[in-house]
Amino acid sequence: MKNIVIIGNGIAGITAARHIRKKSNDRITVISGETDHFFSRTALMYIYMGHMKYEHTKPYEDWFWTKNKIDLVKGWVQAIDFDKKILHLDTDDINYDQLIIATGSKSNKFGWPGQNLEGVQGLYSYQDLESMESNTQNIDHAVVVGGGLIGIEMVEMLHSRHIPVTFLVREASFWDIVLPPEESEMINRHIREYGIDLRLSTELDQILDDGHGKVKGVKTKSGDVIDCQFVGLTVGVSPNIDFLRDTKLQVDRGILVNEFLETNIPDVYAIGDCTQVREPLQHRKPIEAVWYAGRMMGETVAQSILGNKTAYKPGVWFNSAKFFDIEYQVYGQVNPNPKSNEKSFYWEDLFGKKGVRIVFDSNSMQVLGMDALGIRFRHEVWDEWISSGEKIEKVITNLKKSLFDPEFFKEVDVEIQEKFNREHHSSVPVRKKSILEKIFS
Amino acid sequence: MNQMQVIRFSGLVLFLISLGIFLGMFFMSGYTLTGEIVREHVKPEHQEVLSPELSEIYGKTFELSIPFVNHINGTIDRYNKEQEAQQKWDQRIFDDYASILIRASASGSIIQNPGLFFFLTFILGTIGSLMFILPQAKLQGPPGIKNNGIFHNALNNRGWIGILIGALLIMFYILLYFFPAYITNWIIMMDPVKQIFIPSAQASQWFLYGFIYCFAVLVMGVRKIIKYSHSRYKILQTLSVTFFQLALAFIIPEILMALNQPYFDFKNIWPLDYDFFYDSQLNTLLSSGTIGIFMLIWGIMLIVIGVPVMTFFFGKRWYCSWVCGCGALAETAGDPFRQLSDKSLKAWKIERWLVHGVLVFAIIMTGGVLYTYFTGSYSLFGLDTYSTLQKPYGFFIGSIFSGVIGTGFYPLMGNRVWCRFGCPLAAYLGLVQRFKSKFRITTNGGQCISCGNCSTYCEMGIDVRWYAQRGQNIIRSSCVGCGVCAAVCPRGVLKLENVEEEGRFGKALLTGNDSFKVQS
Repeated sequence: MKNIVIIGNGIAGITAARHIRKKSNDRITVISGETDHFFSRTALMYIYMGHMKYEHTKPYEDWFWTKNKIDLVKGWVQAIDFDKKILHLDTDDINYDQLIIATGSKSNKFGWPGQNLEGVQGLYSYQDLESMESNTQNIDHAVVVGGGLIGIEMVEMLHSRHIPVTFLVREASFWDIVLPPEESEMINRHIREYGIDLRLSTELDQILDDGHGKVKGVKTKSGDVIDCQFVGLTVGVSPNIDFLRDTKLQVDRGILVNEFLETNIPDVYAIGDCTQVREPLQHRKPIEAVWYAGRMMGETVAQSILGNKTAYKPGVWFNSAKFFDIEYQVYGQVNPNPKSNEKSFYWEDLFGKKGVRIVFDSNSMQVLGMDALGIRFRHEVWDEWISSGEKIEKVITNLKKSLFDPEFFKEVDVEIQEKFNREHHSSVPVRKKSILEKIFS
Repeated sequence: MNQMQVIRFSGLVLFLISLGIFLGMFFMSGYTLTGEIVREHVKPEHQEVLSPELSEIYGKTFELSIPFVNHINGTIDRYNKEQEAQQKWDQRIFDDYASILIRASASGSIIQNPGLFFFLTFILGTIGSLMFILPQAKLQGPPGIKNNGIFHNALNNRGWIGILIGALLIMFYILLYFFPAYITNWIIMMDPVKQIFIPSAQASQWFLYGFIYCFAVLVMGVRKIIKYSHSRYKILQTLSVTFFQLALAFIIPEILMALNQPYFDFKNIWPLDYDFFYDSQLNTLLSSGTIGIFMLIWGIMLIVIGVPVMTFFFGKRWYCSWVCGCGALAETAGDPFRQLSDKSLKAWKIERWLVHGVLVFAIIMTGGVLYTYFTGSYSLFGLDTYSTLQKPYGFFIGSIFSGVIGTGFYPLMGNRVWCRFGCPLAAYLGLVQRFKSKFRITTNGGQCISCGNCSTYCEMGIDVRWYAQRGQNIIRSSCVGCGVCAAVCPRGVLKLENVEEEGRFGKALLTGNDSFKVQS
């Protein structure tokens, strides 16, 4: 019986533990200093907003871990003795036969003056949520710095508590390093629709001290001063591996792993946000700090631990998010600006709240990717279309097959087909609307 | 405060005033019994035996209904006990004289002007509620999921407001079911409305209840449509349940009665409609000519054909969240409490034993009742079909479970307590849905982030996330297809649909990882 220890009880570590347990009787220990039990990190915002309580964010009931003989240890790992295979915790020492490191990320800080003042914080951990709760009591104004996914979440959280927010975004448009211009612009509009003071192309210069170690405002690079009692710093995350630097473990920005998620040290694996893949597959990045990558790495590393050595091969890229009320899904490759071989077709509804983009190869006409705002699509269908290189005209023709919106919602495939035909002088057959659809639209 | 908030606040105050008047009405009338009243309303053979004791309170004015009613009921109880002691079973009195006499003895402003009190409570209450609800259409911002602050709120999160409302509801149901004579003042107030249908009639406790029910469904239905204004599914569903409640459960039965036809709710189905096969009901229908026969056949067709066929094509939602009256209340008035249902595995185990247990009880009870109807014998396997089956079912299931617990516990255990743990029809529909139906909730590839919104807001306490995060279709007998899991999902993972049965029970499979076939 092996003694498998996992550091981190997030989605990566817990997925690994579950998949190992399914097929083995090995001893499994999961260590976390953050919380007693696994919770959904992506749901932290909903606790603050009052949609859920912490209990609701736990995907498994507390008895699950005892029943499945997964030992949970609360504590922070301070150091690892890789030679003796011992973990030094703040509370205890634990030895292991095989180790999986899944320590996740930490919030970035870029050395701004005042970044350590009281009332200045990022949002990643449960502890961050607790401090955000106390930092935002009875405040008049908040500033969120950084136009990414966590940034807009934090803005939404503060807005839900009726706290006026200024949202500083360095880029010319929200998340335009990922979103193409039209999508990005739609989200700009939506943020402003909620009365958020969105300031694009605005960089933080410094955070101002009230003289008692607390934040009293921020100053932008253009010299504007914004009074506030809370600053959310959401300028990305990076692997949480400080305690592993200057050890035998090879790290760069993250813990370096090969295709089998093995580190340079035998019997030590790394998965999830803290990992940096040495040679990522085409269209994948070395560090992918997203829920799904963490989960898939956990699934994969479990196979290797079980003796079925398996390379980590994530398939067609996919991701999702929600910006206030507008849901976002992406499948495959959608670059903010199309590459030379790419053609991009975009449709948006009359009200500017729904959009669909499909990217295809201008020579082979095969679809490469799609993104959607305000409309849901079927993952399996797009996964199949993109991985098999389905032709754009076929995709447009069969678009209805991929719609995933609730029943009675307006089906947008017809409008998309019509627009595609107009723009590409093609004659993709347009689906005939049913009588009900005609009445309702 | 801006203008809209002023309107909301005023609406709330108005509603609270109307609620205060409603509760205050309980104490408002005086009750004076006289010999004339007794002579007019009590059957001659009963007058003789009851009047000696009743006369003790002649001319005496009671300020509260309770001692007045207790005196009358006490008199009758004592008399009945005496008869029982002498084995004179047929001499016992079963007339509800308390309700009849208290109505006739009431004096005061309510009986003089019931319309005024109807206005001060229901009309004012409606205006107040709508003033509170309608501005939300603008104040809540762009259409979308509006669950901000739910778990910070004393109403929605079992805080003091929730507990207070729960207590009021429980008391109301107890009075309604078991002590209707106590609440005569409220019933009197409904006379003008009842007389719209039947000019000479008086309202009963059930008319009052039916009206309050419709009022709650209607007003809270408006709230629901505003709250889910982004979802056509939720809007159509709300319109549907509201229509069926108002038209089929309230207006049509009243019209039928006005036309001297039997009371009949065309959408109520046995075994939820547990007295459908009672001898009194069968006798009424069979003696009402063609329409009665039609009603009987209609009711039976719903049970044997309607339920299985409709559930095969659409899942049990066609009934539970689109047609049913209990569903109507749960989906509208109960919506603010949906997040309070228990999602634990333990609760699911209890649910399965309980709801199927009630179904079995309903079948045995009805079997016994029909046995008695056809054979005339009350004794089945040595048991008395009335006192061991029919009466306990009506008391424990029909009244306590479905009413007192089913609705009274909305603010404590969520809005589907009855539907989930008690409704025998839901159990029957659920069996069809579980084993032979096109309905399912499909999960979308690998997009689930395990956030828990779906499970939290499932009114039936299904741990939707358990399935979603492993890429498995959700096929649960209890799912009423309200569609909220799909609505609150932030990543577009869930879709209710009626599709071919193939692959319905497919393996849990997550899309996106090509390393190996991931079966969760």
